[in-house]
Amino acid sequence: MTKPKVAFYWCASCGGCEEAVVDLAEDVLAVVDAVDIAFWPVALDFKVSDVEALADGELAASFVNGAIRTSEQREMAELLRRKSAVVVAFGACAWLGGIPGLANLSSRESILEFVYRGSPSTSDGDGVRPQEETDVPEGRLRLPHFDETVRTLDQVVDVDYYLPGCPPPVDLIRSAVTALVEGRLPEKGSVLAPDVALCAECPRAQTKPTDLKVTQFRRPHEVIADPETCLLAQGLVCLGPATRSGCGAPCTAANMPCTGCMGPTSRVIDYGAKALSAIASLVAPSDEEAVGEAVDRLVDPVGTFYRYSLPASLLHRRVERDAAGSRGGGQGWARRS
Amino acid sequence: MPEGGLNPKAVSTDGGPRIGVYVCHCGLNIAGKVDVKAVVEFAASLPHVTVARDYKFMCSDPGQELIQQDLRDGLVNRVVVASCSPLMHEATFRRATAAGGESPSHVQMASIREHVSWVTADGDDATEKAKALVAGAVRRVALHEVLEPRQSPVRPDVMVVGGGIAGIHAALTLADAGKHVYLVERETTIGGHMAKFDKTFPTLDCAACILTPKMSAVRTHPNITLWTYSDVVSVEGYAGDFRVRVRHRPRYVREDLCTGCLACIDACVHKQGKFEDEWNEGLSKRKPIYIPFPQATPPVVVVDREACIWFKTGKCPRTCVDACERDAFDFEQTETFDEVEVGAIILATGYRTFDASRMPEYGYGLYPNVYTSLEVERLLNAAGPTNGEIVLRDGSRPRTVGIIHCVGSRDAKHNLWCSKVCCMYSLKLAHMVKERIGAEVYNFYIDMRTPGKGYEEFYDKVLREGVHMVRGRVAGVTDEAASPEEEGHLVIRAEDTLIGSVRRIPVDMVILAVGIEPQPDAQEVRRLFNVSCGSEGFFTERHPKLAPVSTFTDGIFLAGACQGPKDIPDSVAQAGAAAAEALAMIDRGHVTLESSTAFIDDAACSGCKTCVGLCPFGAIAFDEDRKKAAVNEVVCKGCGICVGACPSGAAQQHLFTDAQILSEIEGVLEYV
Repeated sequence: MTKPKVAFYWCASCGGCEEAVVDLAEDVLAVVDAVDIAFWPVALDFKVSDVEALADGELAASFVNGAIRTSEQREMAELLRRKSAVVVAFGACAWLGGIPGLANLSSRESILEFVYRGSPSTSDGDGVRPQEETDVPEGRLRLPHFDETVRTLDQVVDVDYYLPGCPPPVDLIRSAVTALVEGRLPEKGSVLAPDVALCAECPRAQTKPTDLKVTQFRRPHEVIADPETCLLAQGLVCLGPATRSGCGAPCTAANMPCTGCMGPTSRVIDYGAKALSAIASLVAPSDEEAVGEAVDRLVDPVGTFYRYSLPASLLHRRVERDAAGSRGGGQGWARRS
Repeated sequence: MPEGGLNPKAVSTDGGPRIGVYVCHCGLNIAGKVDVKAVVEFAASLPHVTVARDYKFMCSDPGQELIQQDLRDGLVNRVVVASCSPLMHEATFRRATAAGGESPSHVQMASIREHVSWVTADGDDATEKAKALVAGAVRRVALHEVLEPRQSPVRPDVMVVGGGIAGIHAALTLADAGKHVYLVERETTIGGHMAKFDKTFPTLDCAACILTPKMSAVRTHPNITLWTYSDVVSVEGYAGDFRVRVRHRPRYVREDLCTGCLACIDACVHKQGKFEDEWNEGLSKRKPIYIPFPQATPPVVVVDREACIWFKTGKCPRTCVDACERDAFDFEQTETFDEVEVGAIILATGYRTFDASRMPEYGYGLYPNVYTSLEVERLLNAAGPTNGEIVLRDGSRPRTVGIIHCVGSRDAKHNLWCSKVCCMYSLKLAHMVKERIGAEVYNFYIDMRTPGKGYEEFYDKVLREGVHMVRGRVAGVTDEAASPEEEGHLVIRAEDTLIGSVRRIPVDMVILAVGIEPQPDAQEVRRLFNVSCGSEGFFTERHPKLAPVSTFTDGIFLAGACQGPKDIPDSVAQAGAAAAEALAMIDRGHVTLESSTAFIDDAACSGCKTCVGLCPFGAIAFDEDRKKAAVNEVVCKGCGICVGACPSGAAQQHLFTDAQILSEIEGVLEYV
């Protein structure tokens, strides 16, 4: 009997998701036992041509991590989609855009300008930027196109399931693979994690008062947090109330507030807006000036509340307007189905 | 058959939505700008729309009948009314839809008057905008769920906040109707500004003679609990069931024992008054123990803690205590609190007068003989600092008096509004000054505003009495004489617009007719009772014409000058109206509750408690065993705060689900 074939692939990501697969430890043997890995660039020496050679739909599943920023990533996502029965967006970047998605606060041009000219560690030299096509004596070199906007996987191809997390928790990976092998997959479009927020599994939850009001927000380096009390009650911006559970709350167990990598529940359309309104509702002062002072202590609100989900937000990105008011920057993106 | 074309389509039989779109002309309010026929034609082309009609006034009986007939005929089962804002007529069309046999929640309004025709310059733009809003409403109403209207009982007691003439009248009206009233006044006595006046225009009734019987009626009425020297500190709940917490400040004299014999005041170690008497606008001195005026209600003395030697030093023979036959003193008194449950609240928190020192050109505070009108009311009052004698600060009688109208009012630098009462009370003061001391009186006015029963006649009478009228805004008051006859006088410089020249008129006394302003803490009071106010700070009525004493918060009503400048007759009339509204609500026995309540998806709730403390109505309870929050939908008012705040989308609201809101937005944007 032939085992189902699966592929792992990475797009705009850090490699942590690959690491999470390795973190399955000896359970990875069970995975290898149950499936044939047909493509996994980080670990196994298959070529794109090997994937191209497969019949459409021949892969039982592709696990794609990372956001989509370049033409190469887009092409690979499309290829894997064509060859797979099931595509799983693996991790926060593929699902919501993740940390690379924060690049949507900048334009393509300003990124290239900074990286190849402006950054303090760059020697200006002759200001040459990589070109998509460069002729050298050996022939023509090609680089992928660098898109204006970072997109989520499902803004580029149809996605069947989502595994949340940065990276996805091992338990969730294991149960997803098991469900796949056993053919017990839930409704298409599901996020393969509990659909309730983190407080449900945070041991500190019972110490949270019902009438919590925060007078002063603090950042983790400004305070040695009590290890048992609700972190929000200590003024730390913990996004647990807005974030899916299923991770086992390792961050709050390590005395660090939740930063929201597990993303929103199914009922929430814009994670950052929801998290922001929940945190804002805790602000103690009621007069405008004091409210202003309190919220001014929330440094980098976009980076805090949209840390993992800017491309998936309702606004997607910062839009720049020229003096005439017409919209520059940005480009179209596929609608989420 | 009313006008309006029928565009019937094949009625779907699959149980899906059959949407009727009804576009209102609102006379020319909408039709004058929006091409109503084009909107109807467009609406008829939208998916699921089976009927689209227009009518001159959709809210009229024949307009509503159009909708009901279509419902009865089975042509439609959802209704979109494109007309005014939902605030105006949503209730009307929900009722009409219910009468047509359909759930009242199957209605959605597109506000094409307030949001379109009234605010859009170009007719074509307006028509396009109206189409977009209709497209959004059609998309949204298709997703509306069936909700049954709910009712809640009303508590029979009423709270009246503020014990001026408006509050007194409202309290007595309600009490006479058999309702129990809690009257809360923050000063030590009720009576308000009216109790400071001597006579009232235009009839020249003695203010005390008509007011004090009402004050004592309040005190003795079995249905009134009078709390003076008290203020409201918190309000919870909703129409029909408010829980109000009231703070009572210590008088250091027991209200149940003091009879107002005033023996303690005579006995005080201070032989003379030494402290500014607020009641007399600082024109006299009082002792640390005092009563504002003889008919103060309740007639209970109060100790000024800041001034009393016992409180300041702990060393005083306390002759006051010895003088008290009733043993009423209690220097250990502290603040106490009461919490009461009432069905309705009437706000009658009054006004303050414009601070004349904000206009230094008139010399108030600089020249001793420049007075405010309220100070002169006290001078004229027989119970005032001079026992009714009009004398200057040096004890002499003024021979000429200038009254400057519109001080702080109708002035772009201060208050834009007309304070409404100043012309009439300035004429009254002119009359009284002339009558009492025969002085020459000059009134400086911008326009003479005397609409009101008997008011113009009063003006005419004062003119005949020989009061001089100078039409023009006063530039300033100075004591610098420009001629020998000005020596030793104050000089009022004004342009006389009727003769077209600048005049300098020397007078002995200047009276500034200060205008009416919102109370300084109007903003805090507004927040406390959850009512709104205009940018100037007067509380906003629900509708300027048709709901003048209601507010946007059900069960809270307005009376008197807290809603805008008013004279005594208007304040009393409004107080009666507010009492009638409260009575109507109480005697109906129930209030209809908003059906678009919030609810929490139990399985989705993570127990994060974000919502619990936010609910202004205390409608959310947290179950510590199950670690879940739940909304008590009877108490929920549908304000949506918990829904907005719930970080995981577990709290949702009927008729405001994300799906409904987004479908509306998509409908609008898709058309745009």
